[in-house]
Amino acid sequence: MDKFRMIFQFLQSNQESFMNGICGIMALASAQMYSAFDFNCPCLPRYNLAYGLGILLVPPFILFLLGFVLNNNVSMLAEEWRRPRGQRGKDPAVLRYMFCSMAQRAMIAPVVWVSVTLLDGKCITCAFCTSVPVETLGNTSHPGLSQGDMKRVLARIPCKEIYDGQELIANEVAVRYLRCISQALGWCFVLLMTTLAFLVRSLRPCFTQAAFLKSRYWSHYIDIERKLFDETCAEHARSFAKVCIQQFFEGMSTDLAAARCHPPRKAPADAGEAAEKLLGITDQGTMNTALKSWHRCKPPLHLHPPALHSSNGWAGEQQPPAHPPVPRREMAAYYSRV
Amino acid sequence: MDRFRMIFQYFQSNSESVMNGICGLLALASVKMYTCFDFSCPCLPRYNMAYGLGIMFVPPIALFLCGLILNRQSLVMLEEWRRPQGHRRKDLAVIRYMCSSIMQRAMVAPVVWIVVTLLDGKCLICAFSGSVDPEKFVGFANTSPVQVQQLLAKVPCKDDELMRNNTSRKAVSRYLRCWSQALGWSILLILIVAAFLARWLRPCFNQATLLQARHWSNYIDIEQKIFEETCCEHSRLFAHKCILHFFESMRQEIKLHSFSLPREGEGAEGEEYLLRGITDQDQVNKLLKVWYYEKPPLDVSQVTQR
Repeated sequence: MDKFRMIFQFLQSNQESFMNGICGIMALASAQMYSAFDFNCPCLPRYNLAYGLGILLVPPFILFLLGFVLNNNVSMLAEEWRRPRGQRGKDPAVLRYMFCSMAQRAMIAPVVWVSVTLLDGKCITCAFCTSVPVETLGNTSHPGLSQGDMKRVLARIPCKEIYDGQELIANEVAVRYLRCISQALGWCFVLLMTTLAFLVRSLRPCFTQAAFLKSRYWSHYIDIERKLFDETCAEHARSFAKVCIQQFFEGMSTDLAAARCHPPRKAPADAGEAAEKLLGITDQGTMNTALKSWHRCKPPLHLHPPALHSSNGWAGEQQPPAHPPVPRREMAAYYSRV
Repeated sequence: MDRFRMIFQYFQSNSESVMNGICGLLALASVKMYTCFDFSCPCLPRYNMAYGLGIMFVPPIALFLCGLILNRQSLVMLEEWRRPQGHRRKDLAVIRYMCSSIMQRAMVAPVVWIVVTLLDGKCLICAFSGSVDPEKFVGFANTSPVQVQQLLAKVPCKDDELMRNNTSRKAVSRYLRCWSQALGWSILLILIVAAFLARWLRPCFNQATLLQARHWSNYIDIEQKIFEETCCEHSRLFAHKCILHFFESMRQEIKLHSFSLPREGEGAEGEEYLLRGITDQDQVNKLLKVWYYEKPPLDVSQVTQR
């Protein structure tokens, strides 16, 4: 028990740091993904906006969902949400707490992506190059172009090699302008997110501390209970399997002894541990039969109490109980037959 | 007991060093962010000042807030500040001490950003290139005011076609950079002198109060950590009892409805005990079904009273 206790404490204290670690790794992965990504603006009037905004908004959405997928507690939340009420009430505050803490962690990587994208400037330059104010920034001496032509020319701003509107508006001027707007948006976004995070964290102790402590305790409890239940079931399954197999071997040995018409051989009292472990199977033929039987006809998932071992071997009803009558249910207990 | 003592000592020594570590990491991150950031001045008359001053002051605010968020002690301080009085008095000196130590640590990264920005010079050149006196510089002296503004606004952009080989541009740039670096070094000197004086002169004023405040702020921090740990321990034990009680009640129910021989005599005999009376597939399935459809109530009072 002590060992389990230490492991649980380690897991508990470390679950938070484990989750924070995954969060940090995803944020770094998101920044790395952006720098590895080969951004290629299409430089065509309507495609630019779709491409630029798509790169700005679609990967964060994917990263957000990935944040949920990588979080182990999602299944715990779903289970607690969908379980029938039974004898235990459901507390929506606990569900909300679990969801909020998961959502907060999942938000970090998308926010990093959007910030890095805006601070870099390529996406906004690509998306909004056709909206540059040519009247203020451009060369006023240039003869007017039709709307469509102007858009076509402006759309090529991000692609310096094919840009042919230098007389209309200098490429560097337009790029600097768009990048300045993009970086200003980026820093404002970063400031906004940091302020939100700060407010969320600091307003909590001011208003809802007691409710928070309660929700946190019960969400940890649900997590620990689930782990302990799995642990107990695994322990039970282990014992079940052990006894089942033990009974199989004993049944086997008794069956064979009965089939050969001599009484089951009981290990002599002074034979020692090794003889007991042989479980009455002591020659090649018997072992082979046991193995064949294990493969062909696995025993039922039903452990009979030890007192009934002597009546093993022939199909039949169990002996009626010796205590006052209780409602009887017919139970067919079938035994393995070689 | 020994284990708890080791844990206390670990928390005690680590709280300060963890916070100092975070502070240092944020300062390094701030320098790294500045070097990675691709500064590109818009070189347009009104935009320059907004951009330059924005880059100089907005990131420090974000870094300051980050410093507050990442510091665990800020939550502890807020809780202590807002808690109802109850049976325990509130000591404002402790709260003030915690607040000042949090603020000092949170101020490091923003100050690093501002100093690095000033020493590098790009921000100030971008922000104030339009504000220099054109008479001082040969290339800008004899042009109309509107044109002068346009030209001065383009000074930060070295590669602009108008400014490519303009010596006056370099003169303005050097002038502004000199001011920027002077400002940067002065701020750095003032801050270091202030920190030095504060540390040296502190023992002269209220040392006893300071020691008390520091002790009790550490105490509050440790108390909260231990409370969380105790709650975890308690919820583990609670869950353990709850599950055992559940298995036991399942076993009673099965005994009531089936007619298998009573197994009272088995006792705690290794495997038999671990099986807890659940010995066939149907019983296991029933147990798992009941666990999902009807979780037991959160009440282990009968178990603990036995």
